[in-house]
Amino acid sequence: MNTTQRPLPRFPEPDTQPFWEATREHRLTYPVCLDCGRITFYPRRHCMHCGGRRLEWRESKGEGTIYSYSVVRQNRHPAFKDLGAYAIAYVDLDEGFRMLTNIVGVADPTRDLRIGQRVRVRWEDQPGGQVSLPMFEPI
Amino acid sequence: MPGKGSQRRDAAIVGIYEYPLRKVEGITALQIKAECARAALDDAGLSWQDVDAVYDCGEGGESGSGLAISEYLGLSPRVIDTTSVGGSSYEFQAAHALRDIAAGKCRVALLTYGSTARADARAIGTGGRVSSAPSPFGNMEDPWGMTLVANYALVAQRHMYQYGTTSEQLAEIAVATRAHAVRNPQAVRAMEDLGFVGTGEITVRDVVESRMIADPLHLLDCCMISDGGGAVVIASRDVARGTRKPPVWILGTGEATRYFASDRDITRSAAELSGPQAFGEAGLTPADVDIAMIYDSFTITVLVCLEDLGFCKKGEGGAFVQGGRLRWDTGSLPLNTDGGGLSSNHPGMRGIFLLIEATRQLRGESTSQVKDARIALAHGNGGMLGSRHSGGTVLLARD
Repeated sequence: MNTTQRPLPRFPEPDTQPFWEATREHRLTYPVCLDCGRITFYPRRHCMHCGGRRLEWRESKGEGTIYSYSVVRQNRHPAFKDLGAYAIAYVDLDEGFRMLTNIVGVADPTRDLRIGQRVRVRWEDQPGGQVSLPMFEPI
Repeated sequence: MPGKGSQRRDAAIVGIYEYPLRKVEGITALQIKAECARAALDDAGLSWQDVDAVYDCGEGGESGSGLAISEYLGLSPRVIDTTSVGGSSYEFQAAHALRDIAAGKCRVALLTYGSTARADARAIGTGGRVSSAPSPFGNMEDPWGMTLVANYALVAQRHMYQYGTTSEQLAEIAVATRAHAVRNPQAVRAMEDLGFVGTGEITVRDVVESRMIADPLHLLDCCMISDGGGAVVIASRDVARGTRKPPVWILGTGEATRYFASDRDITRSAAELSGPQAFGEAGLTPADVDIAMIYDSFTITVLVCLEDLGFCKKGEGGAFVQGGRLRWDTGSLPLNTDGGGLSSNHPGMRGIFLLIEATRQLRGESTSQVKDARIALAHGNGGMLGSRHSGGTVLLARD
């Protein structure tokens, strides 16, 4: 099978680098502000709520709920156009942050998915070994 | 009702022009902008060198960037504003023109737009979005293959889940818009040139049976990708009194942004913030609006914005758009009377056409003219409704 590589995160990119380094070890991590206690996601070096710079990375259990999803039937980008219909989604992790991801591991994404469904992270290691992509599958 | 709302008469739209073709060859975006600029100034009865304020998104490329656009056009502005927030940029720019004119910084403001998105075969809606350089947002978005349509579909899906909105209800927006488009010769030509399968009126069934692009949005829930452009001239009160057509006064404006956040209700857009600001400034309420021009990148965009602007309660947009409420002739809130981005004109950004058609309505020049139209609303939504987007609301009135 000859598929074009998905676009991967690019570096140098210091705001998200710690997140992606942790994915190599299949750890889903998120930064918490030590001053105001809130999570910043997408990750940044500063707290998006109070501007603080004392952020601590924590590890998520990788379980959450589908907040919304859509099944993409048409994507002209070479990496995606031959995938067939696939699901893009916002997943709310139990720890309190939301991320964009794909839902995998279902026979028919147009029928097997619903908002509110419980999902768990499933890692897809990428060529080159720099990152692993967090996807989610129904529990 | 005479005297309703603010008596503000600081600045008015005095000249408009919409590039008539949606399929072009051998012309650039910059050339479209220049042509539209001259035509809009002619519409106003003003001269090229009367312009002393230039507002521009930089969509013309390097020679049309903020640094270069005045040079390309050949103008000498004392206000240069490169507000670029997506499709709503023109509503933001109109707000800034009002502000700058009221502050005495300038007297004649020029807004222009030009695009060859169709000719360039830009797959705006369905091309996977990939950042050009390493970026924090790109790194958290690019790998999963979100398309622009899918981003809006995430909102539609959630709206259906939270409020029970149906595809049939969303379809009503496309049906009403198409009914207006078939009365607009430029829109009919647009649909023909762009190869629409049918260019006549459509039904709810036609929409929900059209090909699914990203669940739950069908082909007919999505705007066209055209070429085209336009220009708007906004002038001070003393200049406006001497122009060719009745001035269309800018009474109130609002600007806001919303974006991806872990606790964000994605069914609520920036219009919740920009709308009240504009209505408050204008001393008006949604009940006062005779004709609404609301950005229709997709049917869901209109539905969400109708709610957020206060035309109906949050979650009740589905019922609101049923029963012909949006029709130009018999509806209580005529909407997108030019045919919208869905069926008339959408070269990637549409905000300028909202101002143009609203002005036509208040002058009595629309192809689907609302009787006694006195107050118009233009609301632009830029970016992606399901993540980072901007909302710009402008309220307009005639004397």
